[in-house]
Amino acid sequence: MIIATPPVIPNFGSASKCEQDNGWWCTDWLHQHWGDTLQPALVQHVELSAIAVGIGFGIAFVLALTGYRYRFLDPPIGAVADFLYTIPSLALFQLLVPITGLTVTTVEIALVSYTLLILYRNMVAGLRSVPDEALEVARGMGLTRTQTFFRVELPLAVPAIVAGLRIAAVSTISIATVAAFVIPKGLGRPIFIALEQNLFKTEILAAGALAIALALVSDVVLVLMQRVLTPWSRA
Amino acid sequence: MAGQAAELVFDEATKRYGDHPPAVDRLSLTVPAGEICVLVGPSGGGKTTALKLVNRLIPLTSGDIRIDGRSIEEQDVTQLRRGIGYVIQNVGLFPHQTVEANIGTVPRLYGRDRKWIRERARELLELVGLDPSYAKRYPSSLSGGQRQRVGLARALAADPPLLLMDEPFSAIDPIVRARLQDEFLRLQREVRKTVVFVTHDVDEAIKVGDRMAILREGGKLAQYDSPASILQQPADEFVAQFVGADRALKALSLRTLAELPLQTAHDGAPSLPGSTTLRDALALLIAERRETLNVTADGGEAIGSVALEDLLR
Repeated sequence: MIIATPPVIPNFGSASKCEQDNGWWCTDWLHQHWGDTLQPALVQHVELSAIAVGIGFGIAFVLALTGYRYRFLDPPIGAVADFLYTIPSLALFQLLVPITGLTVTTVEIALVSYTLLILYRNMVAGLRSVPDEALEVARGMGLTRTQTFFRVELPLAVPAIVAGLRIAAVSTISIATVAAFVIPKGLGRPIFIALEQNLFKTEILAAGALAIALALVSDVVLVLMQRVLTPWSRA
Repeated sequence: MAGQAAELVFDEATKRYGDHPPAVDRLSLTVPAGEICVLVGPSGGGKTTALKLVNRLIPLTSGDIRIDGRSIEEQDVTQLRRGIGYVIQNVGLFPHQTVEANIGTVPRLYGRDRKWIRERARELLELVGLDPSYAKRYPSSLSGGQRQRVGLARALAADPPLLLMDEPFSAIDPIVRARLQDEFLRLQREVRKTVVFVTHDVDEAIKVGDRMAILREGGKLAQYDSPASILQQPADEFVAQFVGADRALKALSLRTLAELPLQTAHDGAPSLPGSTTLRDALALLIAERRETLNVTADGGEAIGSVALEDLLR
């Protein structure tokens, strides 16, 4: 759906030819609005995603410890995480708004819910992947349960945990664009505004590109982090 | 840390799971300090169970086990385990740690610093026949034989007076296994630990053990004696069958040519070094269809000869 006429004039007075023609990549607009639109949206987006993944990681970690140690609790915990993951994000926002209002809390609750399944499943799988012989020897050599966990089980679970973090980070960054539905924050906001203002293509494209770039960068950072944490897996 | 060797006593040690017949049934035997006791027997004989009773990986149902007179039940379980070296078939090296860090596991629990561990790891790698440059490698880059050497070094790291070895060489190919057995015996002459060694392989038991405990199904001790005595005088039909109809031949593998009185050397007779077992010497005589062979010293010169009937005496 491309509207060619009348020309789009998002910025009265200073609109360039490119903007008037609703161009795909108006550099002058990008220059003008990096500071007041795109950059703040990017920073907010990083914040929204980082908080969601951070809190999600903490909750999933506690759940994973529980589900790993008490095996009978793993299926119910997994089922709840599964269920949360299947609720469409817009529907979840709708459900939460009457309770928590149009707030960051609403957004974070939703974002955190979506990280739990991936993080939980990967953590449990990682902990379970520790070879039995290593655990037997650890016990036989007199490591306590806590020592075994921190010196053997947790380090060996790191690759699976980081794999989960990568998926959680990328999907959270993607879903966080929908947060603009609830609060005027994140890279979703410029997209929503542009959609309202006669589909200004440059703004949609730029915000979208930033979201993709952010996802890619976070993925690379996590891969590098794993390389530092697990020198043994490259041997 | 411990050092030296400890006397190990099984005193009516019994393990029973629920209402099932016992897995280990009133096992009583004494392993003198500094000796290797091999637990051997068919599967279902409770060898591994008996071994794991010692470091309380499996709790005793009744009876007692004492290390240097102290009951294992009286001791704090983690302290007890730290004082006992433990080696298992699949080694169980920690894949995320270097060889050095693996070896340093128990010393670290005792609060030893990095420098001490680094030096100790180098020392132990040499002891188990690995180049100290292996210290910084990860287990995934080692062969099966090398891993088991590291496993042994790790078990020895805190100089425990007692070593438990659960089928340590069973997963290793025969040629490397024989070399590891030889090196383990050489190492044992140096460190003189008390060792409990589980195997299902009679030949390995005869080769490695100062004493053999033969366990039969139901975890009952069938015979406990030196390999030579067991081969010469099996206690019953079960033991005789278990050690095999060729037990006379196996007994020959316990002695070497150097132990025999020598006659003058014969020109043209085949020759073997004095360290050759009588069994291998007999095999050579049969293969070459000869009745005498020359025994050589380390330098290769003949120091005398033995005749076929000397081997069989």
